[in-house]
Amino acid sequence: MYAYDELDRTLISERVSEFRDQVKRRLSGELTEDEFKILRLQNGVYLQLHAYMFRVAIPYGTLSSKQLRALAHVARRYDRGYGHFTTRQNIQFNWIKLAELPDALADLAEVGIHAMQTSGNNMRNVTSDQWAGVAPGEIEDPRIWSELLRQHTTLHPEFSFLPRKFKIAITASEHDRAAIKIHDIGLRLHKNADGETGFEVLVGGGLGRTPFIAKTIKPFVHGRDILSYVEAILRVYNQYGRRDNIYKARIKILVHELGIEKFAREVEEEWKQMGDVGLTLDHAAIEEVRSRFSYPAYEKLPHMPDELKQAAHDPVFERWRKNSVFPHKVQGYSIVTLSLKPVGGPPGDATAEQMDAIADLADRYSFGEIRVGHEQNLALPHVAKRDLPALFKALDRVGLATPNVNLVTDIIACPGLDYCSLANARSIPIAQELTRRFANHDTAGLIGRLHINISGCINACGHHHVGHIGILGVEKNGEEFYQITIGGRADENAQMGTLIGPAVPYAEVADVIEDIVEAYLALRDRPEELFVDTVKRLGVEPFRERVYATR
Amino acid sequence: MTSPLEQKKIRITGPSVVTANRTWDGAVVYRTGQRGWSTELVDAAIVSTSDDARALLAESAADDVGAVGAYIAPVEIKDGGSIKPGNLREHIRAKGVTIDLRVPA
Ligand code: HEM
Ligand code: SF4
Repeated sequence: MYAYDELDRTLISERVSEFRDQVKRRLSGELTEDEFKILRLQNGVYLQLHAYMFRVAIPYGTLSSKQLRALAHVARRYDRGYGHFTTRQNIQFNWIKLAELPDALADLAEVGIHAMQTSGNNMRNVTSDQWAGVAPGEIEDPRIWSELLRQHTTLHPEFSFLPRKFKIAITASEHDRAAIKIHDIGLRLHKNADGETGFEVLVGGGLGRTPFIAKTIKPFVHGRDILSYVEAILRVYNQYGRRDNIYKARIKILVHELGIEKFAREVEEEWKQMGDVGLTLDHAAIEEVRSRFSYPAYEKLPHMPDELKQAAHDPVFERWRKNSVFPHKVQGYSIVTLSLKPVGGPPGDATAEQMDAIADLADRYSFGEIRVGHEQNLALPHVAKRDLPALFKALDRVGLATPNVNLVTDIIACPGLDYCSLANARSIPIAQELTRRFANHDTAGLIGRLHINISGCINACGHHHVGHIGILGVEKNGEEFYQITIGGRADENAQMGTLIGPAVPYAEVADVIEDIVEAYLALRDRPEELFVDTVKRLGVEPFRERVYATR
Repeated sequence: MTSPLEQKKIRITGPSVVTANRTWDGAVVYRTGQRGWSTELVDAAIVSTSDDARALLAESAADDVGAVGAYIAPVEIKDGGSIKPGNLREHIRAKGVTIDLRVPA
């Protein structure tokens, strides 16, 4: 948990009054939409098909139960009783009235939540591993560094008017849960040969129209130098970045055009020339931020409590435990993922009742803390193993114990044509149909880890390029069609998927995915070979054949 | 469904209306024949020539306080005179999302 300081609080409440005034002037006609648009975007407010959409940041994915209750309150009071968790540790409300937005912002400000840096050409919410601080084997809590970067870049003039939006993600584990290779800057915390902590720095990742996997420009930057090094990257970007063409303005394009070696040299050069610009972090500054993250007072608990031994006789509990419960760095505790992917439900949506229920369960079983991951699921990060059986029952009652984490029905989907004004095609109903096709959780378990990602247009909010199976909505003569890629992945071995053939119409997508999965089951050389590994071994050809032979 | 927000040249090929989102709450609205906005498609002014469409859009866009992001959208006139949205995007805007919202508990 992180304690905001007074400065942050003052800043947030000033922003709310400022926005209240702006909304008033907009509604009276004093401000035109053209003038107002940039102001609303700075506060996370977009205009969508049916209404305004309000995007709220959840910095590094950490929420207190009090904050989650405030989000539930916003869903209930100002929206239609639900919210949508996104792939960038944000939550979106789809039906907010402009006239009521200042009140919603004010209510959230009371619990230290804001919508700054959720849109516009600035530094966005610095994301991090949703298991930060609790994952076994982690170098150290990456959120300390997310926070240092957040403080440095929030409202910093140089970061507020970039050629384009800018996203940073940080991980401190071997297994990358923060998808750092598809961010503008990806930082991997690790130790050098002398045991000092620092970062491997990757630059130029991103999806969208021109997808790129980030490449390493420096294998080790000492922790104390990370702000100045990021500053140097930003300076090179500001110097060369294309402000004239929105499609070419992202840093990934610059890195691609200059070449990674030249880009790395330019940054190195700039960094040396900058000299000491007062950005070197001293020990005290790092410790100051570290001290504002509090960790629970864990008990000394047995590795295998009696409650867990007994519950192991219940196959339904066991199936959930094996799927959704993960090791914790402290003995006797677990990390529990809460699936927001019920069969037939829109991926990532949670109702106000569910949010309240999760907040209560977090208070009872997880020291009042909740995490938001990039797969559109939530997690309770500190659950004593003895409490798992009781937690399971409680989650099941509110529809949050679907045992499908990382399985074929744990689908990432963007809002698509049901909400989004930029969409070509629908995403959510495709996801819903797929969860019905694979509704049997035992079968899904046999299929094993398989990530399906769906985007309704080339902006790639649903990360389709890096889905094991990616589905992209396109338009053909006014009809919804979908391009299907396979073999993508978003982890430490990130890569883009390969197109299997011509786009298929809406009504055929679920059949095609079923064919692909059946082909995989027939082709894998043993049950442990994951879908992506089979695709890697055999290429897309056998899957293409299977799908198009009869179409 | 290429986003109509990109609409540049105005050329319509069939009956059309002007639609936008109401400023204070974002609700989908249609330009009426009485220089106002309505949330009901039946109230919309229907144009069938490009010149009329352009004029209706210009008049609508001038009312920036009432609604934002005005653009021309196709409609279908059914036998018997009822009006239906002309494509899936407009259907969704008029009738709401195509998904059952409740997350099953
Ligand atoms: C419905 C409202 C939304 C709108 C209008 C929207 C718009 C966009 C646009 C225009 C881009 C491309 C930016 C660029 O190319 O630089 C983008 C990127 C992105 N969006 Fe959204 N988005 C929406 C919702 C979401 C949701 C719900 C999610 C999460 C599920 C999401 C996640 C992302 C991500 C991760 C990217 C970055 C992809 C990349 O690396 O290039 N967005 N969005
Ligand atoms: S991918 Fe396209 S359709 Fe989906 S939310 Fe992003 S902009 Fe909208």
